[in-house]
Amino acid sequence: MRITQGCFSFLPDLNDEQITAQVDYCLERGWAIGVEWTDDPHPRNTFWEMWGNPMFDLRDAKGVMMELAECRKAQGDSYIRINAFDDTRGIESVVMSFIVNRPKVEPKIRMTRTEVDGRSIRYAHEVVR
Amino acid sequence: MEDAVEMRPETVDLQAEFESSGLREVLDELDAELIGLAPVKARIRETAALLLVEKARRMMGLAQEAPTLHMSFTGNPGTGKTTVALKMAGILKRLGYVRKGHLVSVTRDDLVGQYIGHTAPKTKEVLKRAMGGVLFIDEAYYLYRPDNERDYGQEAIEILLQVMENNRDDLVVILAGYADRMENFFNSNPGFRSRIAHHIEFPDYTDAELLQIVRHMMAAQNYELSSGAEAALTEYIRLRRAQPHFANARSIRNAFDRARLRQANRLFETAKGALDARALSLIEEGDIRASRVFQGGLASERARAAQEAAQ
Repeated sequence: MRITQGCFSFLPDLNDEQITAQVDYCLERGWAIGVEWTDDPHPRNTFWEMWGNPMFDLRDAKGVMMELAECRKAQGDSYIRINAFDDTRGIESVVMSFIVNRPKVEPKIRMTRTEVDGRSIRYAHEVVR
Repeated sequence: MEDAVEMRPETVDLQAEFESSGLREVLDELDAELIGLAPVKARIRETAALLLVEKARRMMGLAQEAPTLHMSFTGNPGTGKTTVALKMAGILKRLGYVRKGHLVSVTRDDLVGQYIGHTAPKTKEVLKRAMGGVLFIDEAYYLYRPDNERDYGQEAIEILLQVMENNRDDLVVILAGYADRMENFFNSNPGFRSRIAHHIEFPDYTDAELLQIVRHMMAAQNYELSSGAEAALTEYIRLRRAQPHFANARSIRNAFDRARLRQANRLFETAKGALDARALSLIEEGDIRASRVFQGGLASERARAAQEAAQ
């Protein structure tokens, strides 16, 4: 099942040229870029593994693309995303995030319904491989 | 690819290319702002012409490979290496050889770590910041310490060499330092010598040029010299050059800063009534004559000179 999280996830996967253009856009606005990866794409799993420190003070997307290439080499069969962090006072949060790498076989997310307290329904989601 | 072949122009007007790239502005700026340095300016013009022609050749499909642009700047302290590097970044940007055209200026401390495994991430961090621009390594010979074979500098050198070779499209590296020590550095690291195409030497400034530089600095900050002060400054430059740790324009800038200090002190202590703009911006002879250079340098240096004279 195709996981849809962050920007562009309903579009076909971005190629490297397109990723470079997006990263350049982020850097132009002065956002810091972080590369993160995970094998657990559960929607509630917001904390992915960091690939190195977030990159501040970059001017060109090439620096990010080098890190991304390293990350792909080490964690090629997992999800990798790029986060852009805006440090403007009052914002101070991730303002853009998109997936740049997916595993060959994506897991499914299964929803289960449980009846509790009479006829009330509880929903739960889990990642199934 | 097919489009590129069709788009290829029959002829190239170098003059028009020169104008449209904005190269003229940078070169004119270089001429106007930098005093002296005639051989450096000539070399930069040559380099700029080469790059312009290379760009035209690429448009015509005559050249495929990106030219090697890494450079070395050698010269004594205070001869304007950093300033010229900044201009060079501008030139490379206008000609489209680097994408962003910013200058990242580093020394050994920024590249070499303090313990095993610290150097590589540190160097890579700097390289990532420099991507799309110019990496300026000041006093590059400190990277290599022949007396300590376990020095981490070697690791930084290896990473640098690799990036200089593989990422030629992404960044330009400029190594800078004193001429003789750079020569040693290149001799012991032949990898650098073969990867650097342009060696530019920075000559020392003449006394007249230094005086012109200080006038330029004063004009920029709205200061004026009285005629006595100008004579004193001319003599100051001559004396200062003979004393140790002379750093060309940097020494003279420091002298100017200290003269400002003395001028401010003089105004504060002697002024009775209201001061006009001219009084606030005029540097008098006394402000310069008070310098220790006229008594033969710092007290420790005078003592040493006297000792040598006695022997």
